[in-house]
Parts: sequence; C-alpha cells; structure tokens
Amino acid sequence: MTISTSPKTIADWQPRTDRLPQTSAFSDFVQETLGLTTRLFIQLKRRPSTLVAGIVQPLMWLLLFGALFQNIPKDLFGTDYGHFLGAGVIVFTAFVGALNAGLPVMFDREFGFLNRLLVAPLASRYSIVAASAIYIIALTLLQVVAIVGLSALLGAGLPGFGGAAIILLVVLLLVVGVTALSLGLTFALPGHIELIAVIFVANLPLLFASTALAPLSFMPTWLQTIACLNPLSYAIEPIRYLYTNPQWQWSSVILHAPWADVSFGTALLVLTGFAVVSLVIIQPLLRRRLA
Amino acid sequence: MAAAVVVKNLRKSYGSSIAVQDVSFEVQAGEIFGLLGPNGAGKTTTIRCLCTLTKPDGGELEVAGVSVLKDPRSARSKLGYIAQEVALDKVLTGRELLNLQAAIYHLPKAIANQRIEFLTSILGLTEYINKKTGGYSGGLKRRLDLAAGLLHQPEVLILDEPTVGLDIESRVVVWDFLRQLKSTGTTILLTSHYLEEVDALADRVGIIDAGKVIATGTPSELKDRLGGERITLRIREFTTSAEADSTKDLLMKLPFVQDAIINANQGNSLNLVVQASDDALSKVQATLKSAGLPVFGIAQSRPSLDDVYLAATGKTLMDAEMATAGSRDLKAEKKQSMKN
Repeated sequence: MTISTSPKTIADWQPRTDRLPQTSAFSDFVQETLGLTTRLFIQLKRRPSTLVAGIVQPLMWLLLFGALFQNIPKDLFGTDYGHFLGAGVIVFTAFVGALNAGLPVMFDREFGFLNRLLVAPLASRYSIVAASAIYIIALTLLQVVAIVGLSALLGAGLPGFGGAAIILLVVLLLVVGVTALSLGLTFALPGHIELIAVIFVANLPLLFASTALAPLSFMPTWLQTIACLNPLSYAIEPIRYLYTNPQWQWSSVILHAPWADVSFGTALLVLTGFAVVSLVIIQPLLRRRLA
Repeated sequence: MAAAVVVKNLRKSYGSSIAVQDVSFEVQAGEIFGLLGPNGAGKTTTIRCLCTLTKPDGGELEVAGVSVLKDPRSARSKLGYIAQEVALDKVLTGRELLNLQAAIYHLPKAIANQRIEFLTSILGLTEYINKKTGGYSGGLKRRLDLAAGLLHQPEVLILDEPTVGLDIESRVVVWDFLRQLKSTGTTILLTSHYLEEVDALADRVGIIDAGKVIATGTPSELKDRLGGERITLRIREFTTSAEADSTKDLLMKLPFVQDAIINANQGNSLNLVVQASDDALSKVQATLKSAGLPVFGIAQSRPSLDDVYLAATGKTLMDAEMATAGSRDLKAEKKQSMKN
C-alpha cells in the first residue's frame, strides 16, 4: 500500500485515518510512552533546577544527618552511622521522587493538558504511568550515583557489579509501585491541594516508620510491626545488606520481622508484589470516565 | 447524507445541578454545525460527553458511525477536540507539542513530519514553530491548538468556543481556516455564544438553553420561521413596565404588528415582530407621536439568531449571559466536573 502524504493545499487535507498502516497495541503503547517520556525529559532539560535540587538534597541528608550521630559507639549500628544511613537515603530519595510523580500530571489535569491525552486513542492509560516511572527511575539513578559516590568518598566502599544491578532492581520496583499509587491518587483526588496534603502526610511518617534511620531492634514492638509492613523497609534492607555483604546470598536473613525472619530473596519478592498490586489497584482509577 | 455526529437524549448532572437535561441533535457529514447558547447552557458538557471526557447519565452518542459509549477508543481516533481553554506546555516548542500529539495518535514519524510541515505552513505558524509556546500570543496558541487537533486528520472536528478571547484579526483567520477545512469534507461541530460567529460559519444551528435544544435548522430557516421583520423600540432609556405594557397594547392594535415582546433586561425595550413593509417604521413612529410618547431609540432589522433565541426564551443571548455570569460558580463547576 502506498501512502500519499504530501498535501500541498488544503484541498489535499482529507480525513483518511483508515489509510494509516496498521499498528499493534504494543507498538502504540511504546510510541505513546516514548512521546510522553520525551516531554518529561525536555522539561527537565529546560528546567535543570529540578535535577540540581534533586541531587543536592539527598547529599545534604547524607552529610548532615549522617554526621548527627558521628560519635555514637560503632558497634551500635554495626558500622558508622553515615554508612548505615546510605541505603536509607537512596530509598527515601527514590520514594519521594516517585511519590511526587503525580504532581505534574495533576497540574496537567487542572490546566486541561491531560484532556489532550484523554481524548486521544491511547492504547492504554498505563502509558502515562509508564512515562512517569521511566522519568523518575532515570532521575533517581542519577541521584543514586551521586549518593553512592559520596558514600564511597565517606568510606562506605562501592557495591560490586551484581550488587549494583540489584540496587537498580530494588529502585525500579519501588519507583514503579509508588509512581502507580501517586498517579492513582492524581486521578482520584479533586485537585493538587488534596494531592499535596496526602504526599505531606505520607512522606515523613513512612520514613520514620521504616528502617531508613534506625535498625528494627531500636524500635518498640508496635513500631517494628509497622516498619515491617512498610514497603520502604523491603527496599532499604536489601541495599544495606548488599553494601555490607559483598558475598550475598538469596537466603540470608536481612530483616527480623516480629512474625518471621525475612530473607534477601523474600524481601525482593515482597517488593515485586508491592509493585504489581499497586499497578493493579489503580486500574479502575485510570479507567474513570470512559477509558 | 449520513449523520457524522448523533446526540440523542443526552443527560448529565453534576451533583444537584443539571448541566444537560435532554439534548438531541445530528450533524451531517461535511457540514459545520453551530451549537449556540449562553454560557452555562450546557454546550461544554455536551461536547465533553461527545469527546469521552465526561460520562453522561443517559443518552446515546455517536461520532462517525461509532458509539462513543460502547467503543470510546475508536470514537477518539475519529474525532479531533479543540478545548475552550488552550492548554499548552509552555516549556515545549510548537513542534515538540505536535510531535507529542503525533505520538499519542500513533502516527508514523514520516507522516507526522509531513503533516506538521503542512499544518504549520497553512496556519501561518512556520516562523514560530521552533519557539517555546510560553511566548505565543492568544491567536498563535489557538492556531497551534488547531494544528494539534487536526494532526491525525479526524473525520469530525469538535471545537468548544473556538474564538473566545481572540482579537478580531485572529478570529477571522480561524473562521477562514474552518471554512477551508469544511471544503475538504471534514465535519465541524462548534459551540459558541457569539451570534455572529455561528451566523457566519454554520450551515446549521442548534440553539441550546438551560440544558435543552430549543431550535434546530439553518440560520436562514430559523430566521424565516420567525417571519417578518423586527423593530426594536425604546421609549425612554429606562421605561417603566407599566408604560411598556401600555405601549405594547397600543402598538399591537396596528394591523402589521404580529407580536411584541417586552425585554425587561434592556430597560423594558419593546421588540416588535412586524410584517415586512417599507413604511412600518414610520407608522410606528407616527402612532407613538400621536399618543404623546417619546422615542429614545428605534431600529428596524431582519430577524437575527438573537431574535430566534428571544422568541424561544423571552430573553436575548446577552441578557442570558449577564444572568448566568452572576449566578455561576465556575470554580465549583470545574471541581465537580473533575470528580465526574
């Protein structure tokens, strides 16, 4: 089939969508996701302050919060506190980035830009989720490189190649899960004020009720229970374990939950489950109106 | 000719407020159909339902033979939507926005590039297409929005108040473009609260008021249906209703006066429906003079679409605008529509 697509005058402008080459739903999904991702990266390139702030902030955490307990006895954390904190900062940085993923989409919704996407024959509205997740993952990777680099300078050493790959996997799973929830909220809540309120309320409590800042053994049992229900702990502990154990094993116990010991492999499975469940539960929200 | 758009018994409420009560109309393939009505009449809700942005409470909707409710994705590929408020990403250039538009409509790169070149040249955007849209004027934004809505060559283009807020020059550019577009066979459905816009562009008109279509037809059909000519009369700048009533009784006695409507919102002016004749105006003036009544202003005209609206609702479009402007809570409406 030849496609005549060189209109020269308005008279050549005929409605002829039926003459476009047939494409598969998958290739449509990839194309729309790439288009949406490109937009986010163009925004980042033209507003680099987002990137600069995103890299400086976790480094500040690491330097200042890490120094806060500098003189604490070393055996308390198994290592010095700055090294202990590294995994927490990596995960919390990824978490905050993903939690905020819904905000630009909410502004798009409020300014009417999202309508442009909603009236288009998208293969799936998950392309909006996918584009945000790809963007946040790329941004988080840059942040992680900076955090790992600074941690190495502070004497924490570098994870091995396999360890780095698993850190990447952990970040990816966490970002996908949290981005999905954030976008689900974006479609469910009436406006950005409500979304910011939810982000505000979720942010720090989820940090405090995880093993980011202190090990489980420091906490009372009720907080241990909450921390072991918190997906962030299942991202933090594997990374912390990888940092301190170059010879890692899937079966190594990394978290002593009040109800059972959690192995390295199980923690990754829990994180995978979290990402899958998040993606599934937001489906009705993405389908709101006429999906 | 087949109907390119079918709206049948459409209903939609936001909470306790009824936005669309019972709207039905058809747009024939290849025509420009204007949905005319004051702000708050239900035009935008009707359009939002057609474009799959709002789920109606009831009714049937079809675009290019496809049921919007049963197969929304297919309907989306057949329609182009130009919203009332142009929503662009100010960080992107015009070309980048069109590239994004091409991606979400799954156009192959080569075809997208050719169409972008074509649309930018025909819409006079070539000079600006590589600049960020944040610096565009209102007219440029509207033209870029048109290019975006047309990139996938929709069979039906739906425009919500396409020239609201534009200067006269940009408005004429948009009008000319829509006329040209019509000549290519694209069906165009537009809403407007500008009488002159609908009169100038539309092959057929649906007049919508308080969530209902109250008249449908070509502009000349609607005007002819009213018949006669119009004399708009103001005795004083602000006439009392008693004096307007007595003047109405007086003038209704004239054999060529068919009807008289008192427009309370315009200082109790009188809108007379008269049989077409050369001396109707002078006879009315003579009658007023002999009754000792002054004349603040008097004019004779052919019926306009506003007269059609006035005859159906008892108020002019502008009065309806003023009435809704005071009573609408646009913020609450927007919030409500985001929930639905």
